[in-house]
Amino acid sequence: MRPQIDHSLLDPPKLPFEPLIQRNAVITEQPWVRWILTAGALAFLMAFLLLPLVAVFTEALRGGFKLYWESLKEPDALVAIRLTLTVAAIAVPLNLVFGVAAAWAVTKFEFRGKFFLITLIDLPFSVSPVVSGLIYVLMFGAQGWFGPWLAAHDIHIIFAVPGIVLATVFVTFPFIARELIPLMQEQGTDDEQAALSLGANGWQAFWYVTVPNIKWGLLYGVLLCNARAMGEFGAVSVVSGHIRGETNTMPLHVEILYNEYNFAAAFAVASLLAGLALVTLALKSFLEARHGAELSAAHRH
Amino acid sequence: MDIRIRHIHKSFTGFPALVDVNLDIRSGELIALLGPSGSGKTTLLRVIAGLEFPDYGTILFGAEDMARKPVRERRVGFVFQHYALFKHMSVLDNIAFGLRVQPRSLRPGEAQIRRKTVELLDLVQLGGLEQRYPHQLSGGQKQRVALARALAIEPRVLLLDEPFGALDAKVRKDLRRWLRELHDRTGYTTVFVTHDQEEALELADRVVIMNRGCLEQVGTVDEVYEHPRTPFVFDFLGGTNVLDAEMRGRMVFLRGAEQPLVTDIIHPDGPADLYVRPGDLRLADPGSPGIEVHVSAVQRTGPIIRASAEILANGTGVSIELPHLHHDAARFQAGATLRLRMMQFCVYPRAVAAHAHPITDAPEPTAAESRGRTRA
Repeated sequence: MRPQIDHSLLDPPKLPFEPLIQRNAVITEQPWVRWILTAGALAFLMAFLLLPLVAVFTEALRGGFKLYWESLKEPDALVAIRLTLTVAAIAVPLNLVFGVAAAWAVTKFEFRGKFFLITLIDLPFSVSPVVSGLIYVLMFGAQGWFGPWLAAHDIHIIFAVPGIVLATVFVTFPFIARELIPLMQEQGTDDEQAALSLGANGWQAFWYVTVPNIKWGLLYGVLLCNARAMGEFGAVSVVSGHIRGETNTMPLHVEILYNEYNFAAAFAVASLLAGLALVTLALKSFLEARHGAELSAAHRH
Repeated sequence: MDIRIRHIHKSFTGFPALVDVNLDIRSGELIALLGPSGSGKTTLLRVIAGLEFPDYGTILFGAEDMARKPVRERRVGFVFQHYALFKHMSVLDNIAFGLRVQPRSLRPGEAQIRRKTVELLDLVQLGGLEQRYPHQLSGGQKQRVALARALAIEPRVLLLDEPFGALDAKVRKDLRRWLRELHDRTGYTTVFVTHDQEEALELADRVVIMNRGCLEQVGTVDEVYEHPRTPFVFDFLGGTNVLDAEMRGRMVFLRGAEQPLVTDIIHPDGPADLYVRPGDLRLADPGSPGIEVHVSAVQRTGPIIRASAEILANGTGVSIELPHLHHDAARFQAGATLRLRMMQFCVYPRAVAAHAHPITDAPEPTAAESRGRTRA
């Protein structure tokens, strides 16, 4: 007699190898149609994404490497670079905490006013950055609500670093929360409940179960948030006051140089900003490549 | 661990999910909560676990009232329908999780944790797979790991929420059989939720049938199947014919029939419903009372012959099932006129849907489902 098979012990079936390019009657068009569509898409990408990037670097290096180096070494430029990095270093960790807390609250709990909170998280996306900046001027400016009190206590927010940080935090708030909310909604609460039923406390459930489940989404959110924090122009422009060598961030510095017809220097600083963006992208790609197996494992069910 | 549930109420924004639920779960028992979706069975399980809190009522684990304690203090093993394995942890780490999160003073040493984990893996017959990740396991294997993980904390009660719901038919059947064996071997008090009556009847010592947040009936598999207390229970446990009948002078008459069908000394005079399963209808002996029917169609599905027929007295349709090797099978031909007898049946007076048979070992009845005659 054939031995009895217990189907609940069997390994999952090995799926056949999936070729990278699949031919499928539904998606396969005539060759000339495919060529035209592909070429069109590529041309568009080149013209709108790659070309500007190349242009920034060529313009920056037009006057030679020495001039490029001089414009970056200039004291005002160095201050702008330092200020931009400082603001990002404060704003990104703050939004990391706020974003995770907001996403956690929205997705793992039911409470009154949840819908309102979700709308509120989206507010910075829907409001023009200039308006965001003006809100802070209205509140903390010399004629603002808290202006007299701040002046009396010699606290400077507008036209100073705290204002720039506040405006940046406001504008970049949705990036991490928005990245995490759909992910955590899809994951549901079963894993956390399982952890609690096994005796874990809230912190243990958060650190050992929730954080590993969301780490890739979180990283992606942090990178996007960082890119925006370094590049933010509108809101920062309103609150910074453009004091050279003091409250000028890199994007503001680029604008000033450009308005002064100092194209070489403007493009040099701009190229640095673009370089930071490229580093961000490279970092993300590197992490994805390195932990690709884990990443896809997390998305498999 | 004996569990006594007393007067549990729970509602979700006005919708009553549990209405005055009383239930005793004996130590070592394997009990099924059975009911259609929305009947409150999962809510009851989650209330026992501490994943939901009742609006009022008590849940005694032994002598200790747990109704207000959070899940982490109850030491219950909870198994989810979709496994809820931690995806980023190996099988070994998943099972060890409950031991590793214990406070330092109570936590066993790493070597001991490892030994216990390997033991549990052997118990669920997955020895050697400790380094795998959940995505490398089949559904049946995942549910076994989930079970081992729940058992690692030596739970006072094992709670399973539709544990076979996400599995293929064959896997489900094998896992069911294995779970029964495991229960017989380990003796954990176990409560599981299912909407599949076959699963409940096959696996459980006792079955709790729920409807609209109330317990309709609690009993052994035989009790609930042979003596369904309400039309709902009768209908839920299998195929059902509902025949229009009337009680007159301690006799049951089919509507439109001149001759009484059977005597019944329990129910008062008045309109009633007669519930009989398709498999409980057989040919009547010549001369004895029966239901005259006209067979309209006969169909064979595997080892079962199904016939559709119409009652001559009132035109109601009935379905009949009998094994294909039965000696009467040949007489069920389309167009034939036959007289049937009922081997088992229940009478439910229509005015108050009440008991078919008095049942002693059961809590007080709750308002029963009125007329459920969807299944034919």
